[in-house]
Amino acid sequence: MLEIKNLHARVAETGTEILRGVDLTVKPGEIAAIMGPNGSGKSTLSYIISGREDYEVTEGDILYNGESILEMDPAERAAAGVFLAFQYPLEIPGVATMTFLRTALNSQRKARGEAELTTPEFMRRVKDAAGELKIDFNMLKRPLNVGFSGGEKKRAEILQMSLLEPKLCVMDETDSGLDIDALRIVADGVNALRAPERAFLVITHYQRLLEHIVPDTVHVLYKGRIIRTGGKELALELEANGYADVIGEAA
Amino acid sequence: MSVTAPSRAFSQAEQSLVDRAAAALMRSAAGNSERQNALSMLKQEGLPSRRTEAWHYTDLRNLLGRVGSAGTGAPAGDADILAPLLPNGHVVEIGAATDVNPLAGVTVQQVDKLPEWKTALNHLDREFDTIRLLSVAFGAKATKIDVAAGETPGGSIELRAEPSASGSHTYAICDVGDEAKAVFVERLSATSAGSLATSVADLKIGDGAEVLWIVDQEKGAGETHLSQFNVTLGKDAKLLLFVLNAGGGLVRSEVHAITEGEGAEIRIRGVNLLKEGQHVDVTTTLNHLVPNTTATETFRNVVTGGQGVFQGMIRVSQDAQKTDAKMACNSLLLSDDGGFSAKPELEIFADDVQCGHGATAGEIDADHLFYLMSRGIPERQARALLVRAFVDEVVEEIDDEPVVEALEARIDRWLEAHG
Repeated sequence: MLEIKNLHARVAETGTEILRGVDLTVKPGEIAAIMGPNGSGKSTLSYIISGREDYEVTEGDILYNGESILEMDPAERAAAGVFLAFQYPLEIPGVATMTFLRTALNSQRKARGEAELTTPEFMRRVKDAAGELKIDFNMLKRPLNVGFSGGEKKRAEILQMSLLEPKLCVMDETDSGLDIDALRIVADGVNALRAPERAFLVITHYQRLLEHIVPDTVHVLYKGRIIRTGGKELALELEANGYADVIGEAA
Repeated sequence: MSVTAPSRAFSQAEQSLVDRAAAALMRSAAGNSERQNALSMLKQEGLPSRRTEAWHYTDLRNLLGRVGSAGTGAPAGDADILAPLLPNGHVVEIGAATDVNPLAGVTVQQVDKLPEWKTALNHLDREFDTIRLLSVAFGAKATKIDVAAGETPGGSIELRAEPSASGSHTYAICDVGDEAKAVFVERLSATSAGSLATSVADLKIGDGAEVLWIVDQEKGAGETHLSQFNVTLGKDAKLLLFVLNAGGGLVRSEVHAITEGEGAEIRIRGVNLLKEGQHVDVTTTLNHLVPNTTATETFRNVVTGGQGVFQGMIRVSQDAQKTDAKMACNSLLLSDDGGFSAKPELEIFADDVQCGHGATAGEIDADHLFYLMSRGIPERQARALLVRAFVDEVVEEIDDEPVVEALEARIDRWLEAHG
């Protein structure tokens, strides 16, 4: 589903190289965890997959279902099924949450040649998804993410994810800023979306999230490269020993 | 006729304006000495230039020629009958004879009165008031509208000018009695290219009365419109003024407010939508004369071209303790071809007040754009959503659904065409 090949990328403005040859393959239905210390390039990787313009790919490629997505803009990638759950979801005053959800959903449907949803059908889907995630429906009457707590923002991201039904879900430190109850709700939301045709790339610092969202593979990203790949036991090993051993082995 | 000589060499546009005013006076049946006096002053002093502080950013003398003032356009047809802005609007044509009062509690009468022009309402203007001088020199038609004390008319009063090819000149005198509540709409719609129009409104809001006043300016690209809105507020009176500038070639919207009673509250919100070739100026003065009054003023500007100006003055007199006044002017610059100048000023003589101002200018936030696009919203649509959000934020402060809907519909129309 996702094949990242020898990906090199730098910050467009400063030229600082962040990714230095990332190789990663994620299969349909797989949950792949990306772990790594601060500054290893985890968030950059998530931004580059979703098409943020602030980065420049200097070498390598990202293939999604066998085709390169590097020339596609973020909206085209989203319509093709790529979703990024933001580490820090943005507050956008003046944009009503419901208008946003509806515009996003219908834009994607239109791009895929599907009919727009009727208002009752749209409302039903939002209400169902909000109920599952224990989101107060009144909250969705506010401008997008405005006045939401950190936990509410993360839940709202999962709400968007479940409405948009993406094929590749990139989750950037979804656990940061969540208390244990909120973490469980978010994890349940993600687990409910697990499907044979859907893959997840879960980016996290800590093993904690992976107790709730159990990965199939774990990859350690360090200084812009994957330095080790293993199963879920690798996450436990990192939790117990820290990154130092793995980094030492790779050096 | 007058033999007044110009005080200096006039530009062609200026001379043509003076000639038009003189010709219009010749045509009018009744002689009016006040109009004659104003014309003499206009003949002598002409138009202000950038050297007059109040007109520094809007050099009327030079800009008028650029936009054109020949009045050569075809007369506006009656064909496109405009529906009132608000669903329950009652149209009052200023200066037209009327024997029908549109709403219970409202009296409308044609009056033979001209604006007082010899004192400038903006102290930075010349010895006299430029807009009022023009209004009088062109023989503005006047209508007086009274809302009786304690009344809440069952609809809005929509003020319009009689369509005129060369430009209409109107004077609305509105008196809202104590404890009354009224909604006014000033509808400034397109007439013909090359026209120069003025509109002056004097509003008095009685003690405890509330007024929502909406200006919907959608003049044509080749038109000049100079407007002045003056308001005095009594004790505990409330004003919410909303100004939408979504048209016009050369536009000056002046707002002068005076708080005369304690507890008065002024809220001014506005949206200026600018495209190539336009010059739009909003100049406001808030005069706080008595203690315990509040004022908030926010303008949001979307600039795809042209030049915008905001001059905002807050004056707090020595007695006006506990004044709370804030103003903000935020511009979204969508093109390098346009510009916006903001000049906030505070003049405070009291020592226990809260006053503030802020002006910002910027582009669409790249993070916001990325967030929307990452959800599948195509770039053009995502940008449009963000521009709309920027202006809707101030529109939605009106907190009156039909009014918000009507204004957002006007704004959407503009954004779809030019955004």
